[in-house]
Amino acid sequence: MIPVHALAAANGSGPSIPAPHIEYGQLSPMLVVFGAALLGVLVEAFLPRRLRATAQLGVSLLGLGGAFAAVVVLAAQGHGTTRAGLLAMGAVAIDGPALFLQGVILLTAVLAVLTYAEGRLEPRINGHRVDAFAAQAAAVPGGEQERDATREGLRTTEIYPLTLFAVGGMLLFPAANDLLTMFVALEVLSLPLYLMCALARRRRLISQEAAVKYFLLGAFASAFFLFGTALVYGYAGSLQLGEIADVVSGVSQVTPALAVTTQNDALLLIGLAMLAVGLLFKVGAVPFHSWTPDVYQGAPTPVTGFMAAATKTAAFGALLRLFYVAFPGIRWDWRPVMWGVAILTMVVGAVLAITQQDVKRLLAYSSVAHAGFILTGLIATDRRGVAAVLFYLLAYSFVTLGAFAVVTLVRDSKGEATHLSNWAGLGRRSPLLAAVFALFLLAFAGIPLTSGFTGKFAVFQAAAEGGATPLVIVGVLSSAVAAFFYIRVIVLMFFSDPQPSGPAVAVPSPLTATAIGVGVLVTLGLGLLPQYFLDLASKAALFTR
Amino acid sequence: MNSLIPLLVAAPLAGAALLLLGGRALDRLGHWIATALAALSFALGLALFADMLGRDAEHRAVTEQLYSWIPVDGFRADVAFQLDQLSITFVLLITGVGTLIHLYSVGYMAHDERRRRFFAYLNLFLAAMLVLVLADNYLLLYVGWEGVGLASFLLIGFWQHKPSAATAAKKAFVVNRVGDMGLSIAIMLMFVEFGSFAFQPVFATAGDASEGKLTAIGLMLLLAACGKSAQVPLQSWLGDAMEGPTPVSALIHAATMVTAGVYLIVRSGAIFNLAPDAQTAVVVVGAVTLLFGAVVGCAKDDIKKALAGSTMSQIGYMIMAAGLGPIGYAFAIMHLVTHGFFKAGMFLGAGSVMHGMNDEVNMRHYGGLRTYMPVTFATFGLGYLAIIGFPGLSGFFSKDKIIEAAFAKGGTEGWILGLCALLGAAITAFYMTRVMVLTFFGEKRWQPDADGNEPHPHESPKSMTVPMVVLAFGSVFAGGLFIYGNSFLHWLEPVTGHAEGDSPLSAWTVTGLATVCMLAGAALAWQMYGRNPVPVKAPVGSLLTRAARRDLLQDDFNHAVLVRPGSALAATLVWFDSRGLDGLVNGLAAAIGGISGRLRRIQTGYVRTYALSMFGGTLVLVASTLLMRSV
Repeated sequence: MIPVHALAAANGSGPSIPAPHIEYGQLSPMLVVFGAALLGVLVEAFLPRRLRATAQLGVSLLGLGGAFAAVVVLAAQGHGTTRAGLLAMGAVAIDGPALFLQGVILLTAVLAVLTYAEGRLEPRINGHRVDAFAAQAAAVPGGEQERDATREGLRTTEIYPLTLFAVGGMLLFPAANDLLTMFVALEVLSLPLYLMCALARRRRLISQEAAVKYFLLGAFASAFFLFGTALVYGYAGSLQLGEIADVVSGVSQVTPALAVTTQNDALLLIGLAMLAVGLLFKVGAVPFHSWTPDVYQGAPTPVTGFMAAATKTAAFGALLRLFYVAFPGIRWDWRPVMWGVAILTMVVGAVLAITQQDVKRLLAYSSVAHAGFILTGLIATDRRGVAAVLFYLLAYSFVTLGAFAVVTLVRDSKGEATHLSNWAGLGRRSPLLAAVFALFLLAFAGIPLTSGFTGKFAVFQAAAEGGATPLVIVGVLSSAVAAFFYIRVIVLMFFSDPQPSGPAVAVPSPLTATAIGVGVLVTLGLGLLPQYFLDLASKAALFTR
Repeated sequence: MNSLIPLLVAAPLAGAALLLLGGRALDRLGHWIATALAALSFALGLALFADMLGRDAEHRAVTEQLYSWIPVDGFRADVAFQLDQLSITFVLLITGVGTLIHLYSVGYMAHDERRRRFFAYLNLFLAAMLVLVLADNYLLLYVGWEGVGLASFLLIGFWQHKPSAATAAKKAFVVNRVGDMGLSIAIMLMFVEFGSFAFQPVFATAGDASEGKLTAIGLMLLLAACGKSAQVPLQSWLGDAMEGPTPVSALIHAATMVTAGVYLIVRSGAIFNLAPDAQTAVVVVGAVTLLFGAVVGCAKDDIKKALAGSTMSQIGYMIMAAGLGPIGYAFAIMHLVTHGFFKAGMFLGAGSVMHGMNDEVNMRHYGGLRTYMPVTFATFGLGYLAIIGFPGLSGFFSKDKIIEAAFAKGGTEGWILGLCALLGAAITAFYMTRVMVLTFFGEKRWQPDADGNEPHPHESPKSMTVPMVVLAFGSVFAGGLFIYGNSFLHWLEPVTGHAEGDSPLSAWTVTGLATVCMLAGAALAWQMYGRNPVPVKAPVGSLLTRAARRDLLQDDFNHAVLVRPGSALAATLVWFDSRGLDGLVNGLAAAIGGISGRLRRIQTGYVRTYALSMFGGTLVLVASTLLMRSV
């Protein structure tokens, strides 16, 4: 307080900080979600335990649904196209990509919340249905307190407000128009996720290990992002992406106070690289991917599905905005580097997935490879590239969420049976489930008539037209390698003999069934009739600044 | 009136769709629906024929444009039907004989569980065959051509539970593919040369093309005709095709489909007329096949296979006539129509005999059936008299005209062809008399069937005998009707043109020679089989007999010349594929797997390692970003 006061006094003209003008209407999607999250906290504090789960589910669905409705209204009013603009004094941008990705994130979050509420997979305890989350998160694994809590049939309903906070951060992330807002959004989405990773009901130690690893590495990556922010501020004298772009291209005036450091290119390039590190960590690009398999495996599977789909969408949105709004002027500097990252990501992700024996780790490496495919679209640096990335994220989110939802259903007495050997012959025992999973795998592999093909085709086409043909060739070759392990799972499910003591497929409640069903519909819909959504993505593919 | 033309095709096509999709619900009525639709198509054909008769010769041909099938820049394919004197002739033959055979099949297939499917295929065949003869362009003709091939495949293999039927269907399909390839190449050549494949523009501009190109197109069309019409060297499938139900043999493998090659050549007359080398190839194929089929027919003990050899031989006559150019086109078609009557009639007769004899096909186990099956005997006998060319019956006129035309070709060529045709006539009389005598005369040589049931020959039901009787009328009178006042010749002349040749012999001489040859052949057969007892077990026979029983070694030839080198080539390729390509692929896969296994070790599970790798990655990223600027 005191330094501010001193500064104001030194100026001699009283408090001159203008009262910020906030456009509540355009920010409503985020505000609704944050409001629902706060309501969830109140529910935790004041509602009796037996009512909490239902109430939390209702609050979450209402909040997410309301936010999605707000996104649709904003888009219908033209805030994605003609009326796109900066809000909150330039801190937030509401434009096509922001609204499109917010819509995707909200829809994935709805499906994820449905899988959270699934209560029919775990055996009943003490007459209570329980879900995939720890009975009492604070209890020491294996301790007395945990045993008591488990015996009581308790549930960690805090998962819902945590998810809502994370979703709020994710909505802000691709819309953030200055580096500090972006950093805040990054932290707002990350901190709840760290906690959520630790909440698995079974295999709690590995779950907590995953959370700690994610937290430590995430903090490390955030530090890079923050350091990069400082360096870029030093170069440009501003945190706003549009103003940074002006300085980069030499349009705007240099602030005299910063004349010593401004337009020092070393600051700009190092800062850019460090910002990129922070975001590439979130999307899981090589060599910042090492957390992915461990965290994906350890986290409760519904959380993994949510994280894999929504976090990636939000982070790619931020990455797009950073490169397309702030740094298009030095694309000749960052493009070759991103080429290297994309190639490495595709190849390492695909090659490492081949030897995985755990289905969650397999999907984790597959998500790394997909991050590489999406990066090729980003490198196109034109509107088509943005449109392709937007479409890819839409397609990928639903496939991922559906695939992880299927993983929750294959179980033995110790919980989910994620080792691939347990999946042998699944197609004979439960043909429908195996067929659905096969569909998701084919979509991951990019086989025609699935959304994966359309998405992959779009990004590769954009990259090729943007002059990155070698990248496309590497991408196609990696897809071929990746197809091998996807199809291997299909072969395992349909052409191997089932193990005698293999896992059983649990019959889910309509909640998980809905999530999987929507995943199947979207996967087929975007594969068979993609035109409407391709048009939508290409209409939405213009950033405002 | 012209708008009725598409209905000709639509009626049987709808029947096929209805019966195939309708399911069990139509099991009881399906065959009657199919027969009714075939009859409807025939009635439409008659109406269109009457309408056509009402116009003068210049305006008889009409074209009915249905829709543009593939409208692309520089490439136009229409679904358009052309109904002229030639196609209406085929329409009446196909739907008329087709309807009769539908009717016959109602009785013949009465006890078959899959009768509905059988009738669906028959209707499908009718539709495809009508598309073939009504198309106004080669591409649509090709659709029909493939359609009849499909129907033929399905019907030969109809009793697919018998391995021999399944194999025969496959053989017919594969051999036909060779011919189909010829047709598709011919169509491509036409498109390159004329920029179109509709009959009108192609025939109108044929004169502008070089003779070499026309010869190439002609030879490819001949290849197609050889496949579909079972001519040497693609004749091997027809004998095996007799594995299909007998009505199928009568309709598809005697009266209609196998004559599609003749239609193709006559229809493409404008091309062949300008390509004499291709025409020579056509007559050679025809002459060789007419003798080949006749010799094979002499040695077969299976009644259907003997008739199949005869079909091959008779189509050889037609192909030869078609190869003679305008001298022979009309006579090729005339023989085609009369042959359609008497051969279909005889196949139905053979089916009737088999029906009465516990499905026995070996003629050495028949004998003396004339008193047991009088209607069959009478109708078969009339067909027999027609095919050997007994004066006054259908075959006498049509075959005689072809022999005359062969002599009329002139020069040495004319003599060779004429003598071949006469020799063929003699052999025809021989093997047909043999069939007749073995089946209906002599003592009974009946054998119990595999289950030990003694045969109790009896006349077939009305639904089977009526079609036989109707066809017998055709066998007797069609030829005379066609020849009376040269009516058939004048009818076709606007389409095929006509030219009188320069015959070294007078028409009466040729007729006399042909009759003498016929009598000699028949007498020899009577001497061998009628006056001497027939052994139940076939004697070893001469070298020629043994070769003829094996279809003159056609399969051995194909096996040695095509199958064995083909298998060797395939084996080489498989070896190359598994050792070379697969080795490469598997090696690559193993290499990637190995790399994957190595890389996995980096994933230690320790946060410190991960953080270090992130830090290293950041350094590389920063360094390379800076490096990009300095480069």
